[in-house]
Amino acid sequence: MPSIRQIRQRIRSVESTSKITNAMEMIAASKMRRAQQSVLASRPYATALLDILSDLAQRSLSGEVQDVNPLLEVREANTIGVIVVTPDRGLAGGLSSNMNRAAEEFISTQTAPVKVVTVGRKGSDFMTRSQQDIVATFTQISEYPALDDARPVAKIVQDEYIAGTMDRVHIIYPEFVNTVVQTPTIRQLLPIEPSDDSSTDSSPGIDFAYEPDPGTVLSGLLPRLVEMWVFHAFLELSASEHSARMVAMNAATKAAHEMIGDLTLVYNKARQEIITTELLDIVSGVAALEQS
Amino acid sequence: MSPTNLQVISAEKVLYEDDVDIVVCPGIEGELGVLPQHAPIFTLLQTGEIRVKKGEQEDSIFVTGGFLQITQEKVVVLADAGEQAQDIDEERASRAKERAEERLNQQEQDTDIPRAENALHRSVTRLRVAERNK
Repeated sequence: MPSIRQIRQRIRSVESTSKITNAMEMIAASKMRRAQQSVLASRPYATALLDILSDLAQRSLSGEVQDVNPLLEVREANTIGVIVVTPDRGLAGGLSSNMNRAAEEFISTQTAPVKVVTVGRKGSDFMTRSQQDIVATFTQISEYPALDDARPVAKIVQDEYIAGTMDRVHIIYPEFVNTVVQTPTIRQLLPIEPSDDSSTDSSPGIDFAYEPDPGTVLSGLLPRLVEMWVFHAFLELSASEHSARMVAMNAATKAAHEMIGDLTLVYNKARQEIITTELLDIVSGVAALEQS
Repeated sequence: MSPTNLQVISAEKVLYEDDVDIVVCPGIEGELGVLPQHAPIFTLLQTGEIRVKKGEQEDSIFVTGGFLQITQEKVVVLADAGEQAQDIDEERASRAKERAEERLNQQEQDTDIPRAENALHRSVTRLRVAERNK
């Protein structure tokens, strides 16, 4: 059994750990709120862009858009690109390992060689360790993602795609379902598949005049669409990371308090034992004196 | 005439939303004035200034390219980036201008000239818009 001093030290160290985890939980909570707000703030842009795309897609299907844009061209997949979006920092429960496991599983099921673009240190460390073909690495994203962070990532895969060094590009990111659930999600970025789902079209039947012409507008629109999807993945990552950390730190704080309770019990027992022994000593000493 | 509802949206946030009388946009093929009941149109925008008139009040929003969508009931600008004229950070814009000029002046092998030119154009326009709306 540890000495009373050791127990006291232990209690103190657990207490200070719980203060740290508690602070981290509160920080994560406030960052999560901000991240959720930016997800909401980005929604009107996304909706408007997708509306236009579905309108343009219908035209291109009906043959009004003559030249097919290189970003729409479907090729046989000889090389596959994957953007893996992961957190920079740990202490976020199982988020990083879940993401890496999902990415690894996806890569291992591909029949063609896979090139990887990593976003976030956790993913880049993992992909380096598992010796994947890494094209580019981006870090320092998940705190407060900005659109300017998404642009270079989107540009790399578009360049590779147009150059023909990637024939299909996917993005893997943690989708924020709610505070406790984040699911790894895979989406095909390139070639862009125009959804002919007319239910998303909020302005049906409007015959837009496209200026200068539908083809030019389409080629301006598609790169923005890729950027937007990458940006969206970053925002989902940010919300997921902060909420996962919040939940993990909450559990850690609770565990620390429980541990402090258990330790205090042991400490009190030990203290009482000492007092009892001392008392016994005194009483037996007095009894011995009285006898003599 | 009933006013038009104008929304200026970037991927990060909604920059401007109001019912307005006139909107003047920097279209790819020149300035584009929009009055209520304009025909539906969809066009690319270039870097420039969106001027808005609402009664006696005039507003100005700087955008760095994007799209303009006009429907019967509203005008939507999907901007790549931008801010309201009074929110322009002039110091930052002039620093960006100096950087771009420097890059263009010393043109090394790997200088991305179109990118530097774009950056220069953006910062100059930003400064001009800020200046005019003082």
